[in-house]
This record gives sequence, structure tokens and C-alpha cells, in this order.
Amino acid sequence: MKNIINEKQVRAVAKLSRLDLTDAEVEVFSRQLSSILEYVEKLNKLDTANVEPLAHCLPVSNVFREDKIKESLGVEKTLANAPQRDGEFFKVPKILDDSSGA
Amino acid sequence: MSDELLNLSCKELRDAIAAGRVKSVAATETVFEQIEKYEPSVGAYISTFKEQALTQARQVDDKITKGRPIGALAGVPVAIKDNMCITFGATTCASKILENFHAPYNAAVVERLLAADAVIVGKTNLDEFAMGSSTENSGLKKTVNPWDLSRVPGGSSGGSAAAVAARMCFAALGSDTGGSIRQPASFCGTVGLKPTYGRVSRFGLVAYGSSLDQIGPVTRTVADTALILNVIAGHDQKDSTSISEQIAPVCDYLEKLDEPPKGLKIGIVPQLNEGAEQDVRKAIGEALEVYRNLGVEIAEITMPHFDYSIAAYYLIATAEASSNLARYDGVHYGYRTPRPNDYIEVYSKSRAEGFGGEVKRRIMLGTYVLSSGYYDAYYLKALKVRNLIRGDFTKAFESCNCVMMPVSPTTAFKIGEKIDDPLQMYLSDVYTIAANLAGVPAISIPCGFDSKNLPVGLQILTPAFTEEKLLRIARMYEKQNQWHLKKPALIK
Repeated sequence: MKNIINEKQVRAVAKLSRLDLTDAEVEVFSRQLSSILEYVEKLNKLDTANVEPLAHCLPVSNVFREDKIKESLGVEKTLANAPQRDGEFFKVPKILDDSSGA
Repeated sequence: MSDELLNLSCKELRDAIAAGRVKSVAATETVFEQIEKYEPSVGAYISTFKEQALTQARQVDDKITKGRPIGALAGVPVAIKDNMCITFGATTCASKILENFHAPYNAAVVERLLAADAVIVGKTNLDEFAMGSSTENSGLKKTVNPWDLSRVPGGSSGGSAAAVAARMCFAALGSDTGGSIRQPASFCGTVGLKPTYGRVSRFGLVAYGSSLDQIGPVTRTVADTALILNVIAGHDQKDSTSISEQIAPVCDYLEKLDEPPKGLKIGIVPQLNEGAEQDVRKAIGEALEVYRNLGVEIAEITMPHFDYSIAAYYLIATAEASSNLARYDGVHYGYRTPRPNDYIEVYSKSRAEGFGGEVKRRIMLGTYVLSSGYYDAYYLKALKVRNLIRGDFTKAFESCNCVMMPVSPTTAFKIGEKIDDPLQMYLSDVYTIAANLAGVPAISIPCGFDSKNLPVGLQILTPAFTEEKLLRIARMYEKQNQWHLKKPALIK
């Protein structure tokens, strides 16, 4: 049977998800995700035309508090888990391209 | 002595420590002896904190000697699932991406355990990011079922359930997004409670499916679950979905535990129970007979949308997961790929190398169902079906005080049996997922053994914020039998 989500779509979703997948993973995910999506088709047997979506079970809406300054973590604690740091900053590869003349 | 000590419940141990009959240091040392003996074969823990635990225990003993006030779990050695943040060790989520992550704060439940003078012995294994039903998706280690070492402990809180069953702690915390406390509790012959969504703070729990996740106890007895719920339940300013105690008061869950609720009426859904294997059906049938003999009325009800819960869940939970796990970017904390060619690869290679297969699969599925053109057909549809499933519960609770069913269609399955077929693995959550979608509390209690001597769990579900009644209903049954006192052959 034809896969609901083909390899090209898997690659597009992987790009959106920022996941570098191997060719083997793309093939497996196309098959596995298709079989899961085929299973969830059963939801279409239910008429939900007049049903509200339920994103959350609790009767809570916005939760407000006083806008008071509290102690925060501080630079050292915040950077303690950084894969790479430079002084008080998280270090990452260059994002802007020098050749653009910007 | 050590056996006698290990057989104590949390409640009994706490009282013995408080009265000076047992030292917390002795209890803690005994737990670490157990860990030395059985951890090599069971593999329940990702990390243990022997020195720190003994220091904590000494402090409790010292408080008692000096007659200072002590907490509700004073000196009791407990474990926590490794997806709850601590400042005194790593919080890995059983993932390579967080293998070396040291949280800058404690989860709210950890703060509450410490404030109650509990002794934290270690952090337990799980399916990576709590995604799975067997703990086989752990990226860091393998946990097996103490009742049969060739079988899975269930998941995702498999380490917590296995540690409790093998007496390598007196109780543990787990988290439950689609059955992750109840199913391993059932597979390992322990009690496991998923409280009402909002009853326990999720602050410091690494997020998977935020509208479904809830922390709860894994213990050997119902009373111990009540005791731990007493400690962890309540409002927390830092979790905006934790419910106000004005709306839903927290009570003393132990106070009336031994009083059976009056006028109890149990609802059962016969068609649902037929989906379980024969030994499970038999054990559930016998458990219902126990209630009937206690004079409880049992009524057949229908829950027409229950069967759709797995389909709705795997769309909603993965959608939420794809969003929650976007934070693992290789920039701020966690694993970063060693030689990225550009900044995009910092994200895409770090994530590809750091996440395991099931986590990638769920991120992919969630991203797909939220993507433009598919959102209405999948995600929105699932949210509408979620409303119908909640409606089934509302209707059921109009005529009954609780619903009872199996926790899982089977007992613990073999390691490797389902790992290559994600859909088959998902289908094993058929009885547990609905409680998360509807937000209601649900408990698994031991109700017998199958022909292979593997534990079976009875699931009891009650309306939102009625844990007090739920625990009393569970206790009624526990009082009538000895299942919860049985031990795996491994530790006899």
C-alpha cells in the first residue's frame, strides 16, 4: 500500500523539525509514520461538526501575578550548562555572511 | 533485620524513625545494600547519591534526637524519575542530549520532598523524555522487570516501578502523560497514581505533552500513595496550570483512608474489558467480585469514544512534544554536535545526534500534524475527539462514582517484543490514555497474577480532584487481599 507520507514529505518535515535524518531514517519514518497516520484515520468516523476543540482540561484561563522584581538565576548559573561560552555569552558559529557587505 | 526493615511501608518506617526505633541512616544504608545487590540485574537507576543521602539521613536522625519538628516523610529513602530537575546531580531524561545537564533549580516536587525530610537516594530510568511504554527507549541504560528479568518493567516510569518492586527505595515519583505511572506500576506489581491534571506542580518536570503530563507516586501500598500525595499535592505559583486550592482544596488523603465511601457504585465497560488477554480479564473479574462481596453495586456503562483515545493522544501529545522539544537547540544547554559547518547544523546535527529514534519519530509526527494544511485534519480533529472522550467520563460519573478496568491489555511483555513496531507499542496504552485526555485521576493497584506469575493491575478512575475518594476505594480492595505484599523471586 502507498505510504500516506512519502519520503519527500518526510524530508520536508525533518527540515521544519531541524533534524538531520539519514536516508535510512527517512525510509523507516515514511513507513512508520504512514502506518500511524493510517491508524488515526479512525477519528474521521466520528462526526465532530458541532464539537468544540478541547486543548486543556482545567477551568483556568489567564493567570496573573504582581509584576514584582524577583531574584533571577544570574549569569554563572545560566551559562553553567552552555556547550560553548565566551565570557558572559553563549558562543555559536557565525550567523551573518561577511560577503553580503552588510 | 534488614528484611524486616525493608518490609515496612513508608508510613511505618516514618513512624518508626520518628519514635526513634529505627535510624534513618540504617534505613538508607539498607536501601543502598539492596541497590548493590540488585541494581546490576535490574538497572532501575540512572544515578544514585549515596553520600548525600546518608548526610540527609544523619540530619533527620539528628533532628529527632534533638526533638526538633520533622516532616511527613522524615528519613524515608525515596527515588525520583530522572525527568525532574535537581540541583545536586544530573537530570538526563535518559537522553544523550541532556546526559550532562545539571539543572540550576529543583523541581517543585523535589522541594516538597526535601521539605518533608525525605531522603533522596537516586534518579530512575525512563523512556527517553518519557516517550514509551517499556523503558526500552532509554538512551542511557536498560531496565528489566524484577518479576521476570527477560521482560520489560513497563514505561515510561519503568525505573521507578522496578526500584520500588525490588525494594531499592521505599517509594518513588513517576510522571504520567499517557499511562507512564500506571502501566509500569501494573507490570511491576506496585501501586501507581496519576493525580488529576493540575493537582501536582509540573514546575521542574521536563515537559513532554504539557496538557497531559502529571507527576504522581509509585509505592507498595495505597496508604503510602496517600502519604506522598499529601506531600506533593497543592498549588504552585510557578506552574500556572496547577489548580488553586480555593477551587479544589487539598485534603489529608490518609485521614479517612480506611473508611469505605458510602453508596459506592462502580461502572464497568464490558466491551472494553474484552480487549484484554484472558488472565487479565480473569483477575479484573475477581477484583470486581471482591467489591461485589463488600456490597458494592456494579453497573454496566458505555463509553463510546474511549476506543478513539490512542488516535487522539498520539496526535495531541506529539504536537505538544514537537513544540516542547524545540528548546533542545545545541545552543543554551545540552549536547552540541562537535564540528558544525554552520549555525543551522548546530540545531539539526545536535538534535539528530542527541535524540533517539522514538523521540525523533514523535517530533516528526507532531511537526507534521501541526503543519500548514494538516492542522485541521489532524490536530484540531484530535482536540474535538478529546472533548468527546471527556464527555464520556462526565456521563459515566453521573451514574457511577468510579470506573474500573484493566491498566493494560497484557502483563509485562518480553524485551524486544514490540520495539520495532511503534504502533503496536502505542496500542498497549489503550486503557490508560483516556484519563490523561480527560484530566481525571486514575490509580493502578495490584490485583493478582497471570499464569506466568506476572502481576496484573486494576485501574480505578474517578472524577477530577476526587483523589481522596479514589484512594479510599482502592484501599477497600487492598484490605481484602495480600497481592501488594508479594515479592519478586529475585529478592526473596
